[in-house]
Amino acid sequence: MAHEMSLEEVKKHIRVYLLVFGALAVLTVVTVAVSYLDMPFYPALIVALIIATVKAGLVAAYFMHLVGERQVIMWVLISAGAFLIAMFALFISSYADQEQVALISHAISLSHVA
Amino acid sequence: MSLQIPYEVTPRLDTGVNNAKLGIWLFLASEIMLFGGLFAAYVFLRMGAESWPGLEIPYTGEMATRADQILNVPLATLNTMILIGSSVTMVMAWASLKMDKFSRYKLYMGLTILLALAFLVVKAFEYGDKFDHHFYPSTNNFLGVYFVLTGLHAIHVTGGIIVNAWFWGPGTKMWTQGTAHDKAHFANRIEVAGLYWHFVDLVWIFLFPTIYLI
Repeated sequence: MAHEMSLEEVKKHIRVYLLVFGALAVLTVVTVAVSYLDMPFYPALIVALIIATVKAGLVAAYFMHLVGERQVIMWVLISAGAFLIAMFALFISSYADQEQVALISHAISLSHVA
Repeated sequence: MSLQIPYEVTPRLDTGVNNAKLGIWLFLASEIMLFGGLFAAYVFLRMGAESWPGLEIPYTGEMATRADQILNVPLATLNTMILIGSSVTMVMAWASLKMDKFSRYKLYMGLTILLALAFLVVKAFEYGDKFDHHFYPSTNNFLGVYFVLTGLHAIHVTGGIIVNAWFWGPGTKMWTQGTAHDKAHFANRIEVAGLYWHFVDLVWIFLFPTIYLI
């Protein structure tokens, strides 16, 4: 934590830790239960990612003390998130591009034949 | 005279946090990119695959249509619970130090290490079962993704065990033989080790559903 905690605060925290543990255990059971529903791929993916994000959020917010953490840590995380999105965007654009490249090279090979 | 490293306990005025905490968060930011890059590789290998997982189900010989026909979901669910449990014991270890209860710290840190070892034992059984069926990282892209992502994660668990074992054993001298300042320093070390450990838990929270269940 950013500030020194009193004994009372630590005790309050411990109650929260146990509640978060319960929530994480329940959400793990929900994740597995949902997979038995045999949903189509995309709905199943979206549900799984939503549950995982909630679980990760609980871990980050309470176990990693991001609730009430200093701004500098938030900026480290925000920039990491921005770089992650930028990396995905680069991959997606090159993935989309490969079909165009294939089309163009196909057109070039056809023009050579002609 | 020993060299005093500044801002190991007291927050720097400009950042508002001590240097160890800023350092571990910068490291975790780089870890986000490491796992993120491999996760992106998984997404694109899967998008480009003709079939996924692209393996025959052991004993039946039918083509698998879902990863959970190849991978062991009950064991992975157990491992998820073990890792979540170890995150709780880790944070309780830190809280025990904050309450000046050293023997309770030893108990919780010991439990954290044991749970992490249990995770690796379960993982070893899983891997052994895959090898028995001649499923190797080189077999196909699905298994390549499975072994690389879970393997890199297992290496992180191993690293956490080594660091936590140090803080359970010889590293405790800083608390038992130290000044009040050393004790605060030790509690900070446990918080920082905890931040790493919770991140390892957090990565698994994403790996479990996306590799085993989807």
